[in-house]
Formats: sequence, structure tokens, C-alpha cells
Amino acid sequence: MPVEIGSHYDVVIVGAGHGGTQTAIALRQGGFSGSIAIVGDELELPYERPPLSKEYFAGQRDAARIRIRPEAFWADKDIALLLGHRVARVDPAGREVWASVGGRIGYGKLVWATGGRPRPLPCHNSGAENLLYIRTLADADRLKALAETAQRVVIIGGGYIGLEAAAVLRKAGKSVVLLEMLDRVLARAAGEEMARFVEAEHRRHGVDLRLGTRVEALEGGDRITGIRLAGGERIPCDFVVAGIGIIPAVEELAEAGAATGNGVLVDDRCRTTLGDIYAIGDCAAHRNAHAELAIIRLESVQNASDMATVVARDIMGQGQPYAAIPWFWSNQYDLRIQTIGLSIDHDDTIIRGDMASGSFAVIYIRSGRIVALDCVNATRDYVQGKALILAGMHVASDLDRERLADASLPLKSLLAIEA
Amino acid sequence: MEALREGGFDDILALCGGCCSCATCHVYIEHGPEELKAPGSDDEDDLLESSAHRGEGSRLSCQITLDGAHDALTVRLAPED
Ligand SMILES: Cc1cc2nc3c(=O)[nH]c(=O)nc-3n(C[C@H](O)[C@H](O)[C@H](O)COP(=O)(O)OP(=O)(O)OC[C@H]3O[C@@H](n4cnc5c(N)ncnc54)[C@H](O)[C@@H]3O)c2cc1C
Ligand code: FES
Repeated sequence: MPVEIGSHYDVVIVGAGHGGTQTAIALRQGGFSGSIAIVGDELELPYERPPLSKEYFAGQRDAARIRIRPEAFWADKDIALLLGHRVARVDPAGREVWASVGGRIGYGKLVWATGGRPRPLPCHNSGAENLLYIRTLADADRLKALAETAQRVVIIGGGYIGLEAAAVLRKAGKSVVLLEMLDRVLARAAGEEMARFVEAEHRRHGVDLRLGTRVEALEGGDRITGIRLAGGERIPCDFVVAGIGIIPAVEELAEAGAATGNGVLVDDRCRTTLGDIYAIGDCAAHRNAHAELAIIRLESVQNASDMATVVARDIMGQGQPYAAIPWFWSNQYDLRIQTIGLSIDHDDTIIRGDMASGSFAVIYIRSGRIVALDCVNATRDYVQGKALILAGMHVASDLDRERLADASLPLKSLLAIEA
Repeated sequence: MEALREGGFDDILALCGGCCSCATCHVYIEHGPEELKAPGSDDEDDLLESSAHRGEGSRLSCQITLDGAHDALTVRLAPED
């Protein structure tokens, strides 16, 4: 389906992922009648990324079922979807972007929603044919194809994506070794108790999980046959999955003069330092209201979608700061993990319920206030915990702690006590 | 939820894609089998509980499995929370 590229749109969105598509959707929902184009370098119709390491990888949902909207939607809403085009250059003075194919596109407002690309392993053969990263549908398809015939896999990186992939591969009967450089998994995302629980679950399901393990080399050149660890041990494998984080895709904006750091810097309306250029989602470094205004990047659907809404409203003249509460989910084996709030820099935790039962919550406290919950098979706590975080509930006494730890007392009843 | 999207209910956000984590797929079942008008699980019930717009026939559409018997289903989208 060839699309005619116009020469100018009122809003040009770069990146047809979660944030980019949601910006266009929110603009139309809000009644915006100007012209909108989304320029994306992937060829597929916009799709949800989270299932790539979960239901899609496991074969429970196919490509048609992870689409963000049905194909007809974009034309119906008069959103020009320019797929297979990469924006290679931004010219803020001339207010245009240069697409790799198709030439220049002028904009009234530009929304940069490019996410990031997987951080490559620091080794000379980081492009080996059986070394995979999971970011795109194409990545997931390659992985699925490899996993069909191969038996032994090494996963490098104990973040959510690596752990989810491990769970799917174990369920499919593969032998899985997971290597984490630090002394625990989920170092960026969760606290120690949660990490230990998740580690134990993976081991119980047969993952050979190794912490504090450094990879010395990927052996075999373009076709990896094994991993050599720092101690000299060699782990033979058929393929390798690496999940060691992303590099935000902001080079073009940086070249155009935007202030960048770990991502592109944005203010509380997601505006970059360049006029009429916004940035959202995984690539946007912002001061987060739930992290004591520390400058952070979040990699989540919540963050991409809520920032998209902030931008759409700002474009329509109904601006309001980005302050939405972060949430996240992950599925591994029969664990439904749901996180609300940000546990960054917490200084105390309370375990609510019994970890051994497989249903519990970790309550994170920073300077005496509840700031986040990691809930495992405890959706009720996830839902009700949100109110405690938003209220900034104080944990002042041992009695408070006892009550919070008692899973038979609904969290919402505790908020009433506080009030 | 997927069926609703395909059917043109394109305002439905359904951010978590059916993982019972977002409640942005909230709908009201207006006409249809009684058994579809109540939450299908405790998790769904808990999540609906968080909505200021919970009402009669409230469901998370990602938790409804459609089959041939549900041809005559009428749903209305709940406002965003
Ligand atoms: C395997 C996996 C599992 C995940 N699981 C979860 C989960 O369970 N829960 C959760 O909340 N989040 C999860 N995430 C994170 C979530 O998917 C991201 O936070 C979200 O996709 C970010 O949206 P975005 O719009 O910033 O970027 P993306 O969705 O990555 O979209 C960016 C798009 O821009 C394109 N692009 C980049 N540069 C250019 C350019 N110069 N020109 C044109 N196009 C360009 C990219 O190819 C991409 O298509 C997961 C991510 C992955 C990869
Ligand atoms: S899509 Fe998130 S709860 Fe239904």
C-alpha cells in the first residue's frame, strides 16, 4: 500500500510505536482537525511491544492480535501512516524532517517518539547471526524461528525482558542459562526482596541462573557456539538472547541541537529545548514527579501513553504537566507481577502477605512515605495501593507496619485510618 | 477488546493489551447474556473497583471471551478515569 507523502503536516510524529501512535489517537480523540503524519521506520502496522517477550513469543497471540489499531483505523482518522521511512535529519530552523526515502516533510509541531535500540553486547561479534535482541516484531520472529529448532539458549541480562524470555523458553522445554553481571536480577526495576523471589522462581522452573557473572567472550565468531565466562568456564549454546537495556534513539535530535543526556531532555510538557519539538516515551529524559523530580527515563507503556496525552493536549492548547503515576506489568510462568509507583531510592520495605504463598506485595517506602508497590498475584493490592501512594501515606509506627504487612486488611481500609 | 477494536470501537485504549493491569478497556454491557455482565475473575473485579465510573454491567473488555453466542451484544465505552 504505497502512501503519498505530503510536503507538510501540522503535526509530524517520528516513530510509530506506543507513544507516537497514542499521540495521533489522542489528538483525534480531542477533536484536533489539523493534518497528522506518523513517520516510522518499521514496516509492520503499529503493534504492542510488551507481548513480544510474552504472549506473542509464546505463540498465544499472533501478529494480527497485537496491533495497536486495525489497519483501516489510520485512514479513517485521517492519520497519514508513513511506514518504512526513517527520519535521518531534523532541521528546526526550516521546520522540516528529512526522511531516508521520500524526501523532506515540513511540520508545524514535531513529536519525537523513537524509543531506543537494544544496547549491543560489548564484544566484537555483537552482530552474530544467532545473537538476538528483543525490541521489534522482526526480532521476535527471528527468535521464534530459532527457538523452534534450537535447544540450548543463554540469556544475557536479568532485566524484565530477559526474565520473560527465560520463562517462555523454559515452558517450551528449552534448556536456559541466564547470566547476570550484578549480584541480583531486576537491579534497575525492583528491590532486593522482589529480586530474590523472582530468582528463586526461575530456579524452581529449571533456569540455570548465574549472578555476578561476567561474560568474557562469545565464541564462534558469526555463529556463536558457546559463551566463555570470566572464570574460564565455557557454556555451549545454540543461540544467545541479550537483554541489557536500550540506547535512546536521539542522535538526530542531538545533531539538530536539542539538549540531551541520557535521552533527550524535556520539560514537564514534554517539550525539548528546540521550539515546537516534543519528545516522549522511552527516549525522553524528564523530571519525574514520582521520583522526587530526578531526571529519569522510563521504559513503559504507561509513560509513553501518558506523555503522548500530555503532548496532544499541549498542542491543542490544553496543556498540563506530566505527573501520571507510573505502572508496569510483567508475566513470568504463573506470576502476574504488577508495579505501581516508582521504587527508585527507597530506603525501607514492608512485605505484605506471605512470599512463600506466591501471592504478596512489596511495599516501598522513601523518607517515611509509601512510594511504590510490587505486587505478585495480588491485583487487589496493586489497585488499592495506588491510592496510598497518591495520598503519600506515612508509615510512622510499628502498628502501621503491622497493618500494612497483614494481607487480610485491605489497603484501602488503612488509608481511611490515615485520613 | 480486540473484537471491539476491530469492530470500530477505536477509542478503547486497552493499554496493557489484556493483562488486567490498566482498566483502560472498561465498557458497560448494555444488552447481552447476564453472565457477561459480571466480572469474570477477582482480578477483574478489583480493577473495576478502582474506576470512578463503575456501573451496571461494567466489564474489562479484554477479559470477555466472545463466541458465536454473543452476536447480539451491545456495549458502551466507559469514560476514561
Ligand atoms: C520485549 C519488550 C517487552 C516489554 N514489556 C513491557 C511491559 O510488560 N510493560 C510495559 O509497560 N512496557 C513494556 N515494554 C516497554 C514498552 O514497550 C516501551 O516502553 C514502549 O514501547 C515505548 O514506546 P515509545 O513510543 O517510546 O517507543 P517504541 O514503542 O519503541 O516506538 C519507537 C518507534 O520509532 C521507530 N524509530 C526510531 N527511530 C526512528 C527514526 N529516526 N525514524 C523513524 N522511525 C524511528 C522505532 O523503530 C519504533 O518503531 C517492553 C518492551 C519490550 C521491547
Ligand atoms: S487492557 Fe488493560 S485491563 Fe484490559
